[in-house]
Amino acid sequence: MTADTLLTPDRRHAASAPVISMMGTRAMLFEAPGEFTMRQQQRIWALIAHTENRPNIQELVPGVTNLLLIFTHAPEHPEQTADWLRNAWEMLPPRQIEGRLFEVGVQYGGALGDDLAAVSAHTGLPPEEVIRLHHEGEYTVCAVGSAPGFGYLHGLDPRIATPRKSVPSLNMPAGTVTIGGMQAGISALTGPNGWNSIGYTEICLFDPYRASPSLFAIGDRIRFYPESIEL
Amino acid sequence: MITILETAPLNTVQDLGRPGYRNLGVGSSGVMDPLALEIGNILLDNEPGAACIELQTYPFVIRFETPTSFAVTGIDAPLTLDGKPVLAWSVETAASGQVLQVGIPKTGARGYVCVSGGIDVPVVLASRSTQLRGSFGGVEGRFLEAGDELVTQPATEHLSGYGAVPPVRILDTGPCEEKTVFLRAVPGTDYTRFTEDSRERFWGHPWRITPQSNRVGYRLSGAPLTLLEKVELRSYGIIPGIVQVPPAGEPIVQLADANTAGGYPRIATVIEADLWRLAQARIGTAIRFVECSHKAGIEADQPINRYLEDLRLMVAHYRASSQSRNGAKPGGKA
Repeated sequence: MTADTLLTPDRRHAASAPVISMMGTRAMLFEAPGEFTMRQQQRIWALIAHTENRPNIQELVPGVTNLLLIFTHAPEHPEQTADWLRNAWEMLPPRQIEGRLFEVGVQYGGALGDDLAAVSAHTGLPPEEVIRLHHEGEYTVCAVGSAPGFGYLHGLDPRIATPRKSVPSLNMPAGTVTIGGMQAGISALTGPNGWNSIGYTEICLFDPYRASPSLFAIGDRIRFYPESIEL
Repeated sequence: MITILETAPLNTVQDLGRPGYRNLGVGSSGVMDPLALEIGNILLDNEPGAACIELQTYPFVIRFETPTSFAVTGIDAPLTLDGKPVLAWSVETAASGQVLQVGIPKTGARGYVCVSGGIDVPVVLASRSTQLRGSFGGVEGRFLEAGDELVTQPATEHLSGYGAVPPVRILDTGPCEEKTVFLRAVPGTDYTRFTEDSRERFWGHPWRITPQSNRVGYRLSGAPLTLLEKVELRSYGIIPGIVQVPPAGEPIVQLADANTAGGYPRIATVIEADLWRLAQARIGTAIRFVECSHKAGIEADQPINRYLEDLRLMVAHYRASSQSRNGAKPGGKA
């Protein structure tokens, strides 16, 4: 019944083979197998560069170890594109991107980082330790998406990974420094958000009138440093 | 030019959307009912991408400051021009100073005020659509307010007296049940991660559109769906129409103003050919998902394309004959 949608024959092989599925008739999602590693993300970046000039591509939307292809017209034989993607995935070397380095000052804790206690409780680490592990890492922008200019960051120390909240915050301010599962982020817009807030920064991530509207691009690196800590 | 005299919040300038910027996190926006905008633009001989005013709240009152040809599509609502009734889905030309009032729709939810030449707001990232979350596009990236002035093209000819048959009367050939909207959907990436019972209920039982439904997405209510086992997915790109199931188990259909990425399990995606039906379904309406193959999903575009092509021919024919009538010498036997 779902052979039509799930272009990978069997999900049990998902640990070693990509999962390719249709999203409606005009979009196809390629999901890399395995863990969220920089190597897998670099292979996704390679796939983007390789897919960009294919005919019938309207948009390529990188996610976290996945890539959404939106076609100009619904393909009649999506399994052919899926085979092409699988081959490209096996063949292409990871693509290194030498991005820029951003140093981002964070006001940790306080009212704008009030899930710090929840992260501390989930991880079993004192808040000071959560903050230290957060700002000692170097992060890489894997993908920009969700909201205008929002960067999905790789590099979170697994010891402070914390699942998304079951009840999202209704009005989290732009600039909130967050943890969502194994992902780290800075919220780009004020609004509902299911990630855990641990601090706040004042940088502007998106301006539609700039030549490059998004501050971050894939491959950019980010270091956080504490401007203040309020526990 | 048009002046907004009266409006509740939630009404915005929209066109067919802003594809091409999802890799910067910018969603498509655009009209919720693209079919209604396409019809309006065909009636007015506009470019397909000309912008309109999307109405979600009523009454809505504007004054035409210059002679303007217009059509209100998407809804069946009481419309008056200087107090005199005019028809929805039809072309009229207002004189300078005339006031158009759009009342509460009898059917449909979203009305489209289309004008000849389109609503001319600045193009931002290749579209005139309002991006509410990003606060750009449309009029300053916000809802329209009383006193707003919108630039339009003055009418060059007096068009009136022709219109379109509302698409719901032509295109509703599928399963039918009063007060239930049927939406064809293709099973999604995580379909097989749901229990068999949940999969059956997803198709077999009606879902109700809750008040927490808007241009971002529709939250549905019904008996919660459950996964075989809990999953934490990595963020992936999404498109309007995707049906996700948050931990509480009641589905969300993401729509025009949705984020560009999501992380909830994906049970299905409503086909594009049926999104206009959802756009016109009001809060409280029951919807049913109908399982659809990839092939059937593609074929679903054909009746819509035929409908639009027939309309184009009709409009071209009408305008040609109207121009030759106007070009002919007046007089003759009266």
